[in-house]
Amino acid sequence: MGQPAASPAIAALRERIARLEGGPARNRATLPFGVPTIDKVLPGGGLALGALHEVAGGRNGAIDGAAAALFAAGIAARTKGKVLWCVTRPDLFAPALAQAGLLPGRVVYVEAGDEASVLACFEEGLRHGGLGAVLAELARLSMTASRRLQLAAEASGAIGIAIRRWRRQTEATDFGQPTAAVTRWRVSALPSRPLPVPGIGRARWRLELIRVRAGESADFEVEACDDKGRLALFSDLADRSLKARNGPVRAIG
Amino acid sequence: MGQSAPSAETPVIMLGRQGNRRLVLAADAAARAAGLRVGIPASKAQVLVPNLQSFDLDAAGDAEALDRMALWSLRYAPIVAADPPDGLIIDTTGADHLHGGEDAMLEGLVSRMASSGIESRAAVADTWGAAHACARFLARPTFVAPVGQATAIVRDLPIGALRLPHDIVEGLLTLGFERVREVEAAPRASLTLRFGPELGRRLDQAIGRRSEPFEPARSAELIEVRRAFGEPIGAAETIARYTGKLVATLCEALEAKGLGARRLDLLFHRVDNRIEAIRVGTAVPVRDAKRLTRLLTDRIETVDPGFGIEVMTLAATLAEPFGSKQIISSLVEEPEPDITDLFDVLANRIGEQRLYRFAPVESDVPERSVRRIAPNAPDDGTSWPRDWPRPPRLLNHPEPIETMALLPDHPPVWFSWRGIRHRVARADGPERVFGEWWQRDAELIAVRDYFQVEDESGERFWIYRAGDGEDPGTGSYKWFLHGVFA
Repeated sequence: MGQPAASPAIAALRERIARLEGGPARNRATLPFGVPTIDKVLPGGGLALGALHEVAGGRNGAIDGAAAALFAAGIAARTKGKVLWCVTRPDLFAPALAQAGLLPGRVVYVEAGDEASVLACFEEGLRHGGLGAVLAELARLSMTASRRLQLAAEASGAIGIAIRRWRRQTEATDFGQPTAAVTRWRVSALPSRPLPVPGIGRARWRLELIRVRAGESADFEVEACDDKGRLALFSDLADRSLKARNGPVRAIG
Repeated sequence: MGQSAPSAETPVIMLGRQGNRRLVLAADAAARAAGLRVGIPASKAQVLVPNLQSFDLDAAGDAEALDRMALWSLRYAPIVAADPPDGLIIDTTGADHLHGGEDAMLEGLVSRMASSGIESRAAVADTWGAAHACARFLARPTFVAPVGQATAIVRDLPIGALRLPHDIVEGLLTLGFERVREVEAAPRASLTLRFGPELGRRLDQAIGRRSEPFEPARSAELIEVRRAFGEPIGAAETIARYTGKLVATLCEALEAKGLGARRLDLLFHRVDNRIEAIRVGTAVPVRDAKRLTRLLTDRIETVDPGFGIEVMTLAATLAEPFGSKQIISSLVEEPEPDITDLFDVLANRIGEQRLYRFAPVESDVPERSVRRIAPNAPDDGTSWPRDWPRPPRLLNHPEPIETMALLPDHPPVWFSWRGIRHRVARADGPERVFGEWWQRDAELIAVRDYFQVEDESGERFWIYRAGDGEDPGTGSYKWFLHGVFA
């Protein structure tokens, strides 16, 4: 569990708890973000593979889900193998996903008629085992459904990402309901740094890690995915992130 | 007839012998326009219309051709049959979702027929009789009767729609009956006394009071296995168990021929003479019993066993040679996991068209730069150019926005979209997209100027102005929002 702050006693306790939770020999592999500040907060030093994660957009992003989709695409781009993307509204624009590193040859889209079929296809994809990542755009995700998805992901080792997306702003309160997902993220846009010339620089996101199993929530301010799907800290804060390693998690930004 | 076929303008009739008279048995559109109709004597027709081409009707040959066409239409649904002399009957139950719904399926069917030179009309209705009538007596190439409404539509049709012999129709017309509803309202007993039981039977079949089973078309070389039950079965588990057994037998038969199944039809003959069907397709030829059983058992819930199923037949209606493949033995090359089985499961659940990949198209117009390809199409490694940023969400239809902007090439100062006003803090552009004059004349000088704008809260949008801002011919100068960035 590559957490430098954790003492051996805590590591041993975690090991015991993991054994108590039982189940099949769990796939402990993780997918690091490559940004030490974020990876440090996540147990295992990255996003757990073989687990379900939730991503939603903040503010208007809860409806259009653009930042959430790109964040998820960046994660999927860094996995190996094909990617299954289940949607009900076909408004994804593949060239943008390619710009985040998720090339068109890797993504298979499933356009299901309703949420129930999306859930069924999501679970089918997670259970299969031959895919690198399975993504689904969902408005509702019950505890039971997420538990099934989590178990399917654990059995196959694929990473599952539920992109939560609602029709109306008021429905977004549903994001507070508990699910069995291992982590829960919220991505919202931040104003980008003014350039000395007219134009727009790399987009910036506020990345809120609202919930993480066996870890503490945190938030980060990052620069959006590059063409390989990697996030980055602001370049003017890169020095501080090293110092912040021993300080409180929320010190970044 | 090939080269010797008469042109479309030449009136053509088909002649045949009925009793000891030679009659016109079929006439094409040109002949009907010239005043000929089915049933008049041949000599009279030849006198009436000059330059008339006539051929002898080959009833046996026509029936054979119709049977061949029925086998061809097996691609649309598992239960089809020829409906002589001029029709096909297809039981679409549980098969339409594989073709994008009933409307799309009919349109596809009619246009496929038209491309091979066959003029056709198609209708979907609750019963065979109703569909037969709607296809022939509604002046539309395709028609889908809403569930439960077919009876009402049939009642308004002329009595010719009831599939009755010519003399009964003539007799009814003489008595003053015109519409089906009038015949239905008349006392049944006296009509039966006069015209025989056929009239009542056809009427009941058309309005769905009497069932009308038919024997599905099957070709001789079809690989088919069958199992009859002494006692009718009905439980889902029992059906699943016997499905597994049938698949195992079928796979042996396929193996003997060196084939793999691309499409399987599982038919359930119910005790009440109705046939329920499950159809599954696969992306590549498959001979793996476990995988095929899984596909079929996934859909058992769609089968209504009624009072029980007495015969199950499983046929590979589409089988292809099973290619052998070399196993990767290199140490460095990692085998790509095979996920065609997942595609099959998903495609059979939600429809083949709903499972796709996007591939690049060389077009600068954003909505034309992607096309859908099959999920297992070979990957040629191409992608889109990366020079310009593209939004992850693209609206289906660009939405008009209110803006204030300087012409010709400044981004807006503010814009309002869906009732919310955004102040533009930063912007990038314009990216000029020219119309594709080789696609449509209207795009000869059309131009769109795309801007990427960021509002004060950091949200980014992709907006464009129709026109270049200098020449009104290039566009209306209206602003639209086309996508949302992250």
